[in-house]
Amino acid sequence: MAGQVAQQGDWEAVIGLETHVQLGTASKIFTCASTAFGDDPNTHIDPVVCGLPGTLPVLNQTVLEYAVKAALALNLRIAEHSKFDRKQYFYPDLPKNYQISQYDEPIAEDGWIEVEVAEKGKDTYVKKIGIERLHMEEDAGKLVHAGSDRLAGSTHSLVDYNRAGVALAEIVSKPDLRTGREAAEYASEIRRIMRYLGVSDGNMQEGSLRCDVNISVRRGPDAPFGTKVEIKNMNSFSAIQKACDYEIQRQIKAYESGEPVVQETRLWDEGKQLTKSMRSKEGSSDYRYFPEPDLGPIEVSAERRESWRAELPELPAAKRHRYAEQLGLSQYDARVLTDERPMADYFEAVVAAGADPKAAANWITGDIAAHVNANRLSYAQLPFRPEQLAEMVGMIEGGVISGKIAKEILPGLLEQGGSPKAIVEERGLGMISDPAAITAIVEELLAAHPEEVEAFRGGKTKLQGFFVGQLMKKTGGKADPKLANQILSQKLKG
Amino acid sequence: MGIAEWRGRLQRGEVSARELTDQHLARIEAVDGTVHAFLEVTAERARADADRIDAARAAGEALPPLAGIPLSIKDNLCTQGIRTTCSSRMLESFVPPYESTVTERLWQAGAVLLGKTNLDEFAMGSSTETSYFGPSRNPWDPERVPGGSSGGSAASVAAGECLGSLGSDTGGSIRQPASFCGVVGLKPTYGRVSRWGLVAFASSLDQVGPFTTSVADAAELLQVIAGADPRDSTCLKAPVPDYTAALQQPVAGLRVGIVRECFEAEGLDPAVKASVMAAAEQLQALGCELVDVSCPRFNDGIATYYVIAPSEASANLARYDGVKYGHRAEGATSLAEMTARSRAEGFGDEVQRRILIGTYALSAGYVDAYYRKAQQVRTLIRRDFDRAFETVDVLLTPTAPTTAFRFGAHADDPLAMYLADLLTIPANMAGLPAINVPCGFDAQGLPIGLQLIGAVLQEPRLLQVAHHYEQAARVMDRRPQAGLVPEASLLP
Repeated sequence: MAGQVAQQGDWEAVIGLETHVQLGTASKIFTCASTAFGDDPNTHIDPVVCGLPGTLPVLNQTVLEYAVKAALALNLRIAEHSKFDRKQYFYPDLPKNYQISQYDEPIAEDGWIEVEVAEKGKDTYVKKIGIERLHMEEDAGKLVHAGSDRLAGSTHSLVDYNRAGVALAEIVSKPDLRTGREAAEYASEIRRIMRYLGVSDGNMQEGSLRCDVNISVRRGPDAPFGTKVEIKNMNSFSAIQKACDYEIQRQIKAYESGEPVVQETRLWDEGKQLTKSMRSKEGSSDYRYFPEPDLGPIEVSAERRESWRAELPELPAAKRHRYAEQLGLSQYDARVLTDERPMADYFEAVVAAGADPKAAANWITGDIAAHVNANRLSYAQLPFRPEQLAEMVGMIEGGVISGKIAKEILPGLLEQGGSPKAIVEERGLGMISDPAAITAIVEELLAAHPEEVEAFRGGKTKLQGFFVGQLMKKTGGKADPKLANQILSQKLKG
Repeated sequence: MGIAEWRGRLQRGEVSARELTDQHLARIEAVDGTVHAFLEVTAERARADADRIDAARAAGEALPPLAGIPLSIKDNLCTQGIRTTCSSRMLESFVPPYESTVTERLWQAGAVLLGKTNLDEFAMGSSTETSYFGPSRNPWDPERVPGGSSGGSAASVAAGECLGSLGSDTGGSIRQPASFCGVVGLKPTYGRVSRWGLVAFASSLDQVGPFTTSVADAAELLQVIAGADPRDSTCLKAPVPDYTAALQQPVAGLRVGIVRECFEAEGLDPAVKASVMAAAEQLQALGCELVDVSCPRFNDGIATYYVIAPSEASANLARYDGVKYGHRAEGATSLAEMTARSRAEGFGDEVQRRILIGTYALSAGYVDAYYRKAQQVRTLIRRDFDRAFETVDVLLTPTAPTTAFRFGAHADDPLAMYLADLLTIPANMAGLPAINVPCGFDAQGLPIGLQLIGAVLQEPRLLQVAHHYEQAARVMDRRPQAGLVPEASLLP
């Protein structure tokens, strides 16, 4: 495991992630303005969003609920009392020139998640990643640089406050990650958990989930930490992985060639596939934090916390374990099925309707997933209902139809749904399982192909496949394959 | 004549709301050239509102409690569609698209807005001298300041330009000008009144309250503006008691604490001391028991305040950057330059001084020595009060160490100016209700005020003691004349 480390001899990377998750509440964290994405600039603003004089923030209680649920799912300890603070810096996308955030008393601290690290050609392993804290804060607006195609030539900047005041949960990992792959898997598990909870859509392209990476390298696990570099601007998990791996190599090379690694913020350049320096970060910025006097303390009683805990769904890691251990699925199938909750829900409904889990998993992760993905459908709206798939799986198992027939009727079922049993009956697609009927067809075939029979008996046993093909052709694929092979072998031998 | 009497006359049709409004507008016309209490007079709106009330009365509708009562409003309370400047160049042209909760409640209660009153820029000052639009003058002596920061509100009430006003009090900005102008000024318990629409100076200290010519009128205005507000998380949900009913409760047997440290304070004018002590004796004559009380941290309030208030202000005023609204400097070539120059041009010296102090006090390396230490002292001040209220019902102190000073008296010495708030600040630090009641005059005929401080949400008790004292002492019977048209000549 931890391939990077092994390849680099005694070098070890230390990686931590700061993940900003937009909480998917309909209104903003401190006011009722809408959080809708993609509308005309400055259409989802109000006096509070713009920080007009005399306005005051009021905490959206759904934001608190979502944050606590997210924290519970990350095994964090929920603070009974926490507070908001003002983080001060001047930037035009920040309407008040301070951000309402949580500084020294976050809503939740000290948790962990279990991450399954799977990479092609390497053993899959499970790793527990510590989580330092989760806190609530407001998002900033966006600057649009205008007057030129390129940032460098822009003549002025426009501000869009639609995003300002959207609720964020910032999740800070412990420096427990060691490779780019681990970092990507961690981020992807965070996203999966948020989507399972329904507290965020985790859309990285739209910025609903943003990751900043802190990364350093050192000589072995006991050495002191190296100089930490922050990387921003990765908008996919693969970019996180590549940016980390690139940065690890860059830092090792720098150390090995005697060049210093400076504390700085670097940007991932997706086009060039490298990180480049954005600004140096000598000493930390002075944000002049102090408690937000416009908001009272945040109180989460044990009763409230436990009632929210009771509403949590089964989370991906628990599902993976259950699928593997109780349903006997492979680690791979368990991982694929649990990636998105709707697929897992679909799968579980199929199993609940009586289908064999392994067979159901094969159908879902194969043809059905391909169809759903290709047509951008949702499992909830798929015409082919779970109990219908269970029926089909049962028919295959019971020898009523062959897998081949199932594949034939599947496209129609996916489009329109319906009872596989009724379709098979209606179209006469039931399997021919009567030995006498199959024997009669086999005899007919042998009579029609005397030369092949001769050759077979002369030792070309591979010709059995030819006869199976002919048989299936003649029966329209309906012959029970096991029975057909058995009878064919018998008759061919003479 | 108080609000209750005017209400009776209005209801009986002895005077119309329009007449009452016109009389006050005429009074403003006559005296405000001297007093300069108003930054803007909203005459047209006032007459229209008054006419509507008269029409409602003519139609036989029941009138709300403040129907037809003409008021002025400090210009740091947002009024929808009416310029709200905070007496700053920064907000010279700012027109809020929303109404503050307190003013909304006043208009719903039928009150008539006469105009917006002057203040020290962003409520930072004790004299209105830091107003970008020039200072207001004390109706008792136009050569003297009216106090501040709500100096315009205090002066407008003292000069008879309106029947009442709303101001805001962060460290004494209602009580000190009330004392200087010889009117009643009440700072409620922190959270008793909503801050929605009050342009923030120091959010953990700011509180809106009334100026009136009697304690009974203060009770009337507080009744309307107090109470929970879903738009302000720091607003208390406690039910609002009947403040007017509280006035009639007997005071005999109540224990009045005389805060020893206040009377030993440096710079306390002997005339002020004597007047307030005489008022204490009057309370004793009314049956109150005087109790010597010590609040050892009382005089530390001012040092604490000048760390905490500027710290919060430095963040609250960061939003004025010339990007979205307010003053924007011309010709800047970079973002940083635009922000810096807009702020340098838009803010006056005192505001800039406090932003700098606050920024310093919150900076890494200093935050423990200043901001956090100040918060600890704040807790100690609060504990002093808690202890005191275990044995007394209200505390008595002078409101200000001196009477109104002359313009420019503290121009070269900001610290001397800060001392004007020495006795008022502790109540803000502890979030307690406190009221100024006029208690006498010095040798120059300038008003002296006493301060009563109550425990949290003890406004009824405060108003009750203040009212009994006021009725016994009749200090308010004397009204300002200096340089002004006599009030009596204008009112029927």
